[in-house]
Amino acid sequence: MISAPLHLAGERLALDPAGALFWPARQMLVLSDLHLEKGSHFAARGQLVPPYDTRETLARLAALLRRYGPSQLVFLGDSFHDAAGAARLHATDRATLLHLLSGRQVSWVLGNHDPVAPEALPGESVEELSLGPLLFRHEGQPGARPGEVSGHFHPRAAMPTRCGPVERACFLADGQRLLMPAFGAYTGGLSITAPPVAALFPRGGRAFLLGRERLFSFAVGPMKHLAARSRAEAGSGAAP
Amino acid sequence: MLAAAGAGRSALLVAPTGGGKTLAGFLPSLIDLHRAGSDGAPREGLHTLYISPLKALAVDIARNLLAPVGEMGLDIRIETRTGDTPANRRARQRAAPPHILLTTPESLSLLLSLPEAGEMFGNLACAVVDEVHALAGTKRGDQLALCLARLSRLAPRLRRVGLSATVAHPEAIAAWVAPDARPDSVALVRATGGAAPALDVILPEGRLPWGGHMGLASMPEVYARLRAAAVSIVFVNTRAQAELAFQALWRLNDDNLPIALHHGSLTVEQRRRVEAAMAEGRLRAVVATASLDLGIDWGAVDQVIQVGAPKGVARLLQRVGRANHRMDEASRAALVPANRFEVIECRAAIQAVASGEMDGEPPRPGGLDVLAQHILAMACHAPFHPDALYAEVTRAAPYAALARGDFDDVLRFVEDGGYALSGYERFRKLFRDAEGMIHVRGPQVARQLRMNLGTIVETPLMKVRLRGGPVLGEVEEWFVSTLEPGHTFIFGGQVLRYEALDVSAVIVSRGGEGEPRVPAYAGSKLPLSTHLARRVRGIIADPRQWRALPGPVRDWLRLQGHASELPSAEGLLVETFPRGGRWFTVAYCFEGRLAHQTLGMLVTKRMERLGLGPLGFLATDYVVAAWSAFPVEDAAALFTEDLLGEELEEWIADSSMLRRTFRNIATIAGLLEKNHPGREKSGRQMTMGADLIYDVLRRHQPDHILLRATRAEAAAGLTDVGRIGALLARIQGRIRHLVLERVSPLAVPALIEEGREWVSGTAEDALLAEAEALVEEATEGAEHFTGTLGLEMLNPHPPPRSPGEQGRPRGPGRAPRHARQRLRHGVH
Repeated sequence: MISAPLHLAGERLALDPAGALFWPARQMLVLSDLHLEKGSHFAARGQLVPPYDTRETLARLAALLRRYGPSQLVFLGDSFHDAAGAARLHATDRATLLHLLSGRQVSWVLGNHDPVAPEALPGESVEELSLGPLLFRHEGQPGARPGEVSGHFHPRAAMPTRCGPVERACFLADGQRLLMPAFGAYTGGLSITAPPVAALFPRGGRAFLLGRERLFSFAVGPMKHLAARSRAEAGSGAAP
Repeated sequence: MLAAAGAGRSALLVAPTGGGKTLAGFLPSLIDLHRAGSDGAPREGLHTLYISPLKALAVDIARNLLAPVGEMGLDIRIETRTGDTPANRRARQRAAPPHILLTTPESLSLLLSLPEAGEMFGNLACAVVDEVHALAGTKRGDQLALCLARLSRLAPRLRRVGLSATVAHPEAIAAWVAPDARPDSVALVRATGGAAPALDVILPEGRLPWGGHMGLASMPEVYARLRAAAVSIVFVNTRAQAELAFQALWRLNDDNLPIALHHGSLTVEQRRRVEAAMAEGRLRAVVATASLDLGIDWGAVDQVIQVGAPKGVARLLQRVGRANHRMDEASRAALVPANRFEVIECRAAIQAVASGEMDGEPPRPGGLDVLAQHILAMACHAPFHPDALYAEVTRAAPYAALARGDFDDVLRFVEDGGYALSGYERFRKLFRDAEGMIHVRGPQVARQLRMNLGTIVETPLMKVRLRGGPVLGEVEEWFVSTLEPGHTFIFGGQVLRYEALDVSAVIVSRGGEGEPRVPAYAGSKLPLSTHLARRVRGIIADPRQWRALPGPVRDWLRLQGHASELPSAEGLLVETFPRGGRWFTVAYCFEGRLAHQTLGMLVTKRMERLGLGPLGFLATDYVVAAWSAFPVEDAAALFTEDLLGEELEEWIADSSMLRRTFRNIATIAGLLEKNHPGREKSGRQMTMGADLIYDVLRRHQPDHILLRATRAEAAAGLTDVGRIGALLARIQGRIRHLVLERVSPLAVPALIEEGREWVSGTAEDALLAEAEALVEEATEGAEHFTGTLGLEMLNPHPPPRSPGEQGRPRGPGRAPRHARQRLRHGVH
């Protein structure tokens, strides 16, 4: 696995092909949109989808922790699929999660799916996290000061190759801000050209598509016209 | 038929189209009802149930029955019940059922899930299943077979009557009809064949198309035939083809002949109008898809024109039978091949009809997904004991060989998901009481089931609405995602301009500029029967038979001989050529599409192992074509005899084919919902990507019942490996591999085919890396992200780095339009 360096507001960061962000200066690992217990959320509504999503997501998390050994862990919101998600954790999964979190400073940034602190789990819950020049929040805001790191949209990008477009989950960055891919096993995606994403990146930027061993980086042209559509359709689109 | 009825035996009537089958099926019931009526008090309750695969057929049969029953003054109530039946009539039917009810498999399944099903069907004397051949072996047929098993339990003296067109496997159909899955417990009644149909081939003036399946080049000739006949049906194979053929005919329609259009995406009202106009003789022609394949009797149709290859003898005869619905006269029909391969195929079909051979596969075992849906429906009806239900379902032919272990696993899946990991106990849908009886948890579960009953999984559809006007029909959601305001497309025979997207509909206006597109619909194409594929191979390999072919086709085959080679009868011709940045490898196996599907999997897996970067493959009826990032240099290394030894399981499991199969199975089994109570409007928001579930389940519980069902269904769709083994053995030492500069004449039709399968090896990552490196190379590293990215992106006017460099280089740019704006999975 080869991570890609990225400079944001003067800080040197590393983007991991698994969809995580590592901040070497702070020994900090950042993940977004885990949507833990999404499976059991659906089950409660009568759709008995396989309950292994939390297990799968935690296994991916464990691999990253082994790789980076961070002392600080930031979850960028929608860590659980709903406010009661943490309470529904299977005993085994809860034990795994506690083990993964132990000995680390943990921050739960609140998201639209999990607007309250996760039940009975260590760590601080915050609306936003401001660390040095960087600001961590769940949903990026147009016009935010440089250095914003956010999630929420589950960005995916399709890139042309000589054999047709290849679509992947991706990071999206423009030097001002960084948008992170969703990390959860049951998380789908939204095209980066969808109006709400385009609105954050009107001048375009650079997409880093997740690959098996490394990231693939492509310039993304200005998306002002797409962003304009977002304003026109304001209110009609459903929030991820 | 009457004798069988008199003896209380079930019966299967096999007759060619137009033999008056349906009336024969009803006759014993009418006599019985009449006798009961004349004996004194008229019989109360439901006497006969008629089930048809088409709503329209049920409605039509009801009309055809009501007239004679009224004329004879019989006191018999006949009603229909389909998804279109208004709620008040449904309620009345439940309280006071008619004597004869005409319905569909889906509506029957729904009725049987109701608590009062016992009272409603307890006195049922007869169940008539029309067009059995079109149901047996499909998931709708599985569902109906299970429902029949339940009907026999509710009404033990129930007699069944199956009505079928001529088929290749009548015993299998008889077993399907039988109350105990045994063919000999059914009286098999065969009607003698009518006059042989008169078939000919229509070819276009001038150029014969290379590829495509539309057949538009022949429309002037088709139009001439329409003018010469009183009433015609023009059958096509897909809805897109129907739209285009209809347009083309109207462009030629100087005589203003009344020509109409009929396909499954038009609104019900529109279709009914066309059917009524046809029945009243107000139309000269109707362009139709499979929506008119079955049953409805049009009276005086005097010719059928089949545009595009018929794909199978049985289907061809069914369609041809629409002309002259009388047994003693020969049906007149013309075949319109759309491309050169289809010319040969049409010739092969005419040969096959003349020799009286039938094709078709015997029905496959019933799907476990359908069983899951049925189990929940039965629980909604009344509590049951697993032993009793198992005994009941194994009396249905598709489930006669169902293992108890599989039944129990399906039952557990319905109960609580059937996962090895506990945790869903409180969400369970079924619970067991102290006596071991199984109950449904609550009314919410029943409501959820009834909203999602049925085995037809459609890709998400969107309504097409005229601005300020009516709904015109439906198109698939993905097609809408390729449109931008101002684009035009053909629908319902008119050109429409895409205006905007409403919450639930595509808003359009009439007219508009530019080349209109044609909505395509997934899964609307039938595979060529292996029987016909074999005949086609024989014709191509034998130049003496070419004399029966038209000049352009002979020329095409000769041209292939010059540009490449003709496939030999015993060996294997393989061609490799570059096209559109990829390398195509086409193997002319002529083993039929199902064998080619398996072969495509095997060959791409081998290519992956050889580092050729396979991207996908296409299995047509004649060839298997694979494309890769790098060229195949040694075809013999691909088609070795040990190819069948490839470790295929993981490879197949990752394929688009398996993913599609899983999506359908998960939907039918109730894991993914089509509809959710109270959330009808926001279907997309509520769905979770089937792919995500598939990947997680595969990793954590690979033996889960739904994964087993997926593999079993895929294996049934793939042909037996013995046939591929024989092919590989036959061709060893006889592989002719040609590396060409361009596509060969014989490969053209194949490359225009749809239905490509994708494989997910390492090629995608390699291609991304290549595209990324190209940009970097072209921009001398200025586009590379390391280090400098942040600064560059911040500064709108980057300082020139070298005298020759002006401004910011263009990246590879945005994704193609069709890839943009697409929601791959539900987002939450």
